[in-house]
Amino acid sequence: MIAEHLPALPILLYLFVALLMPLANELGRGLPWTLSWLTSLTVAALGGYGLWLTSSGGAIRYAMGGWSPPIGIELVADPLSCFFTFAIGAVSAFVLLHSRESVERDCGAKNAMTFYASSLLLLAGFSGIVGTGDLFNLYVFLEISALAGYAVLGCGSAKAALSSFRYLIIGTIGASFYLIGIGLLLSKTGSLNMVDVAAILQVDGLGPVTTLAVVFIFVGLGIKMALLPLHYWLPDVYTNAPATSTALVAPLGTKVAAYALLRLGYEVLPYEALLADLRIFDVVLYLGAVGIVWGSIMAIAQDNLKRMLAYSSVAQIGYIAVGFGLATPNGYIGAVLHVINHAVMKACLFLVTANLERQGEGTSIKGLNASLRKKMPLTCACFALAAISMIGLPPTAGFFSKWYLLLGSYDQGSWVLVVVILVSSLLNAVYFFRVLERLYLGKDEDAPDAPKRARLPWVMGLSTLVLALSLLLLGFGNVYIVSNFISPMLPGF
Amino acid sequence: MSNFFSDYSAYVLCFLLLTVGLYGMLLKRNYVKKVIGMTIFQAAIILFFIQTAYKADGTVPVKDAALPVDQTDAYINPLPHALMLTAIVVGVATVGVALSLLIRVHGAYGSLDEDDIQKEAAK
Repeated sequence: MIAEHLPALPILLYLFVALLMPLANELGRGLPWTLSWLTSLTVAALGGYGLWLTSSGGAIRYAMGGWSPPIGIELVADPLSCFFTFAIGAVSAFVLLHSRESVERDCGAKNAMTFYASSLLLLAGFSGIVGTGDLFNLYVFLEISALAGYAVLGCGSAKAALSSFRYLIIGTIGASFYLIGIGLLLSKTGSLNMVDVAAILQVDGLGPVTTLAVVFIFVGLGIKMALLPLHYWLPDVYTNAPATSTALVAPLGTKVAAYALLRLGYEVLPYEALLADLRIFDVVLYLGAVGIVWGSIMAIAQDNLKRMLAYSSVAQIGYIAVGFGLATPNGYIGAVLHVINHAVMKACLFLVTANLERQGEGTSIKGLNASLRKKMPLTCACFALAAISMIGLPPTAGFFSKWYLLLGSYDQGSWVLVVVILVSSLLNAVYFFRVLERLYLGKDEDAPDAPKRARLPWVMGLSTLVLALSLLLLGFGNVYIVSNFISPMLPGF
Repeated sequence: MSNFFSDYSAYVLCFLLLTVGLYGMLLKRNYVKKVIGMTIFQAAIILFFIQTAYKADGTVPVKDAALPVDQTDAYINPLPHALMLTAIVVGVATVGVALSLLIRVHGAYGSLDEDDIQKEAAK
């Protein structure tokens, strides 16, 4: 029974629990928190189960309301979408588990319920984007997640509200551009179902209307995923928002837009024509490559740890764009693997900044020194592990996704990209070792009789630790993941 | 080319409106004007969708006893209208969220002008 309804379950679960939040708040003060992370954990389990089911048994299609596909809205669970559902559920479960105290501090205790309701709506939007098989439905979920995201990112300080408003303006432009593209496709094909549109476009090829639609869709989703020239909203938003909100949105928000791009570029829009005639994959590829270098250089220039991580997100999105633009099996594997790796790394790193804020340490890099390592050994160790993975040293997860991207670039014979990926790893090393050096090699500058602060609550330590350790797990298990789960999702190349 | 503007006049006007909205969102310094630009932008998209549904001499897509149902050219396409109903709801929600964020910004900075706020933030 679960298998039959699998495509709809994550979305409905999130929506339903989000609506239960006011009631849960009346029943117990901690209940919204408990319910939200439990829901995410359930969704992760559903995603994992779906991944296992669909990678051997093929996609599960679900007609909403019993209206059969080209007319009704179709939800699809295939290996790619289940993989993303799993990533969304697993990462958000630990971020939400971590969040209880930070939310009450940053957003106020009486707003905690609203925060959790909005986060669940945000996640409902994400799993909807991932699960839908309908183009307009994708727009609706894009906007659901965006609207909930503005609320989640805008709570806390007035500065957060301001940058969230700026994000709202640019995000609305992105979603609306996507909507215009859908309108053009609809007027051309008369259908909104992805499979149906793909079949019609396969016959029609790339006319002027479709070309215009492709441009609007790519620009719109490019804004949403913060591809280089469209990335400028990202650093402010991620820096000013409360640490928990950033930890929730940063690992997942840009990735689901990348997912939409993967899905549309490879499976819905006419792939051969996009590749050969319009060369849009090359555009994405080179924008991604420039993004990697630019994001890394900007990250080196930052003093605020959160801002540095935000710029590093721009660079990491570049890796995913490169993998997408390579249009080779290895590039595709690298992009998909990097989505989950980066989601876990970034969530872990932003949880570390949340831990620092909780303990009253600033997030300025200049303010970090070796005394911190003694005060918060676990947090520092998690930071070190995630940083090593970001740089891409084996056996951590980050190494393997970059390895596949390197192989993909090599397959294409583009040596420029090989150089870009290697150089960017060095740049990553520069900005992370800058922090690690202060933590592990710097002098202990704190006065020995400084007052002892309360220890970090164990849930916060635990969720950071689990995310950090799963980087090792992802690293060691990468052959298993790639051969069993990612290979079945490869589209025909 | 000479017929382009007369043949596609509705679309041309629509994209003009789109540009006006985009201009307001990106270049206006006042946040309320940005929100106004956003509503113009969304209205333009809604009009664009509605235009794609239009057919010359088509009638409302309600079953007409005088017209056979399988004669689809006699009815305009109802799908874009239904889609835009959803888009209008999304637009209203976006404006709502934008204004509620602006209330908080105004409460903290005492202004909704980008220049004033930057001055305030630099202090």
